[in-house]
Amino acid sequence: MANPKYKEALDRYERHLTEISTQEMVLNMGPQHPSTHGVLRLQLITDGEIVKEVVPHLGYLHRCFDKHAESLNYGKTIPFTDRLDYLASMNNSHAFVMGVERMLGLDSKIPKRIEYIRVLVCELNRIASHLIAIGTYGIDIGATTPFLWCFRDREHIMNMLEWASGSRMLYNYIWVGGLFYDLPVGFETRCAEFINYFKPKLIELDEILTQNQIFISRTANIGVLPADVAINYGVSGPMLRASGIKWDLRRIDGYSVYPEIDFEIPVGKGAMGSIGDCWDRYKVRVDEVHESVRIVEQCLERLQKDFKRTADFDPRGLVPKKVNLKAQDYYVRAENPKGELGFYFVTKEKSDIPLRVKSRGPSFNNLSVISELGKGVLIADLIAILGSIDIVLGEVDR
Amino acid sequence: MTFEEIKLKLVSRFGDSVILKEEVTGLQAALFVHVEDLIPVCSFLRDTEGLYFDFLSNITAVDYEDHFTIVYHLSSLPYQHTVVLKVELEGNRSLDELPEIPSVTSVWRTADWHEREAFDLMGIYFSGHPDLRRILLPDDWEGYPLRKDYQEAEKYHGININ
Repeated sequence: MANPKYKEALDRYERHLTEISTQEMVLNMGPQHPSTHGVLRLQLITDGEIVKEVVPHLGYLHRCFDKHAESLNYGKTIPFTDRLDYLASMNNSHAFVMGVERMLGLDSKIPKRIEYIRVLVCELNRIASHLIAIGTYGIDIGATTPFLWCFRDREHIMNMLEWASGSRMLYNYIWVGGLFYDLPVGFETRCAEFINYFKPKLIELDEILTQNQIFISRTANIGVLPADVAINYGVSGPMLRASGIKWDLRRIDGYSVYPEIDFEIPVGKGAMGSIGDCWDRYKVRVDEVHESVRIVEQCLERLQKDFKRTADFDPRGLVPKKVNLKAQDYYVRAENPKGELGFYFVTKEKSDIPLRVKSRGPSFNNLSVISELGKGVLIADLIAILGSIDIVLGEVDR
Repeated sequence: MTFEEIKLKLVSRFGDSVILKEEVTGLQAALFVHVEDLIPVCSFLRDTEGLYFDFLSNITAVDYEDHFTIVYHLSSLPYQHTVVLKVELEGNRSLDELPEIPSVTSVWRTADWHEREAFDLMGIYFSGHPDLRRILLPDDWEGYPLRKDYQEAEKYHGININ
């Protein structure tokens, strides 16, 4: 190749390729796309496969929860809270009811049996919610089988909660001062049977997904969320714990009967990559399912021994006919499957209708970090990041 | 740290005038600060050793008809204590002149979407906010639905909505 003219054509061709003009493109992801887990629209500004900027657009599912809550009395608002995070309705009503009971001064009078039933159904609902998170995350990445397995097992929980409350997903079971009904006769045994069935299934799930090399390659070291960024963005729940921070309101605030129950708080350890990556977020949820199973077992034991069903037990005994509050304000928070769910009440003097209720959905805050996490990643990784946040649009848009 | 200690810390840094009034009768004690002191107070609460209010739980705008109140619920992850900050704004009802308050986005990024929501539904203008668009309602929505004097529109884009 001594003569440069023999290389002329090659040089020209290579120069042509490097001088090609690239340009940024706006790409819409959603609102009608399964990977956005609901009606979320992400506007991506992309350069080829690289995401330069993520602009989320919310509000497609806005149902004016705050406005509804200030025109209805407290009891009538509970069904609306069910529809916030509709995958964990029990937890939503529990948080709302706790706030109203605290303002009424009822919170210390609630019988232990009612509190244990509340914790039992909330934890069952937490398992159901995490099963959806795990299963749909699998399908986001491309694993179909775990999705079907998770939905199969979740269906058992749905059936049990339907037996207790009469509804499959939106329960209206936890009331101010009590419960809709006591647990149906035989619920404890059926629940114990479910736990026995479910434990080996969790091991199977671990084998097919958690240790799956393809899954690890897609999630480890992807979307790393440092702890300080997470806190500054108000991220809470499994997402915050995955970034290595042991923050669980069930322990911090010690509400309901959680101080009497023994459970661990799993945190992200960066076992497959770095702390706070997608795999950690997934793993924290899997570990939390194991912990919730432990909580359910303890609740069942106590409901069958110390706080047995008695003939004169009335779950509606303390339910107030009319909620009469003095003018005050109170912010209640609780650990939902997705993070800190808060309700801020401003009440009116001698009225059973609040002046203002603001709901603080955990998904709303967790989602806001997507524009930070999504900078400079591949489009395919953005799907993995969004799935690992585990949002429910009912709660983002409220 | 108790409410009194937090108050003392603030007073020793900014002087007595920083706390306009306090509310201690309710279940959660609250501090009222002046709208101009908001950013320095927030930065102080977040960065001072012993306080470290690094987690902003919630921002709420409340319409009391004669005035608006913006409520900040802060908590601290290292010390596990909480505090409530309140700022009162004059109740200007005009849609062309919204009540104005500085944005705390520079202190906590959580405030970004919470302030957009308050702007969207209650009509509070957060000066210095990087991206103050409506967040839940469409961009061309008229009025601020959570205000007590909000009148529902008859039509939206020619569609009857009432």
